[in-house]
Amino acid sequence: MEPLERYRPIVDDFDAFLDACERPLPSAVRVNTIKSSTERVTAAFDEAGVGWEQADWNDRVMTVETDRPGNTWPYFHGWVQGQEEVSSLPAVVLDPNPGERVWDACAAPGSKTTHLAALMEDTGTLVANDNNLGRLSALRSNAERLGVSNVAVTNRDARNFSLKPFDGEPFDRALVDVPCSCEGTVRKNPDTFDEWSLNHVHSVAGVQKGILRRAVQATREGGTVVYATCTFAPEENEAALDHVIAEEDCRVVEMDIDIEHAPGITEWEGDGFDDSVRKAARIYPHFQDTGGFFVAKLEVTA
Amino acid sequence: MSDEPLRTDGGRADDGRTNDGQQFDRLPETPADREVEGRASRREVLDWWDERFGVPPETFDGVTFWEKGAGKVWAFAGDVDSPIRIEGLGLTFMRTRQEHWKPTTEAVQRFGADADRNVLRLSPEQAERFVAGEDQELDWDGDWGYLIAAHEIAGEDAPLGVGLYLHGELRSRIPKGRRREF
Repeated sequence: MEPLERYRPIVDDFDAFLDACERPLPSAVRVNTIKSSTERVTAAFDEAGVGWEQADWNDRVMTVETDRPGNTWPYFHGWVQGQEEVSSLPAVVLDPNPGERVWDACAAPGSKTTHLAALMEDTGTLVANDNNLGRLSALRSNAERLGVSNVAVTNRDARNFSLKPFDGEPFDRALVDVPCSCEGTVRKNPDTFDEWSLNHVHSVAGVQKGILRRAVQATREGGTVVYATCTFAPEENEAALDHVIAEEDCRVVEMDIDIEHAPGITEWEGDGFDDSVRKAARIYPHFQDTGGFFVAKLEVTA
Repeated sequence: MSDEPLRTDGGRADDGRTNDGQQFDRLPETPADREVEGRASRREVLDWWDERFGVPPETFDGVTFWEKGAGKVWAFAGDVDSPIRIEGLGLTFMRTRQEHWKPTTEAVQRFGADADRNVLRLSPEQAERFVAGEDQELDWDGDWGYLIAAHEIAGEDAPLGVGLYLHGELRSRIPKGRRREF
């Protein structure tokens, strides 16, 4: 937990934050509305004697009283995706409509992709890209189990993603859920900090900026880009936003989310960030007993 | 698998147009529109689901069908130009270019809820054995060949996947990675 010490100045109730980071995360699932409904899923869990509790902010997200949600009938039928609660946030913030063209820049293993597909009612075109072929096969199998038929899967470096196979037309929306230092997943993966280094944070931050810039370029004027990480590191969060709003035609906009969060920060270790990054959301594990998360919504302005 | 009724053909046409395993090609609308030998047409696919399972053709409004890899048909709800060279397009839907066409587990789960022919309803015990990948002896008066295995869950039928019924035996065709033991 040593790397978390540097967040003492920015996290309220830091001891509760550390305590939460040391507790294991409850098992959670998201209901897949392409194949089922909350009513049917909860009835099936009841039949199997598996307890469940819906999240306050989203009735399609629930914690379940089993260590192996993968070995339940709702999972086998593709009615649910095992997915921790905060990981359901970015698709809700992106809020895609049926029939739209949407890009998921770093899509594997597909929890958020399949959520986007469900919000699009499995219509329109959802381009799911990842640069890692091995992880793409996990995405493919999740998408198939969940019955997603509107997804086109690509294996490219998102930083120079070409629209050519897709008529050269920009997307209506893009999700940029970037590879990150994953500090916020420590409750799920207790060895998260074994490999942690500030050098890694800085090197991954460069990649993140490149992907976010490309996503803004590949989205039409008036379109929406959502940036998300599962880390607390400002270098990978507010600093990326600050960089991209200066370099590309976009601005950070307010989000309407019902989950407790802290605003983005405007100062970190001597660097100042644009005031608008306050509109981003920092979700800490002690707020609602979840993993840690960062999410921001951008509007493309040209 | 050895006595499973299979026939493959490479799809080579006299005019040299063949199936290209590296790209997705949209299926022709009808057999008359066919340019690549052996490629199924959309109409044949819709007729097959209707005749075999009673799944109405309207179920697939808004879905296009594509071939990548000889005989492998994919179902896609989005809009892209044909051909396209990418990693995946919608979901794997069925296997053609063989004597007995075969739907995938995923196609049956996604589109088979309205099937009313060649659906075999399993008891809770039979359903568990089926998704564990086990073959089982059972009596059934439906057609031999590929069927949809279903069970009741939360008060309604739900398709589990594809079975092959031959000689009084139901063979599970749940792919290895999808099998579960409860």
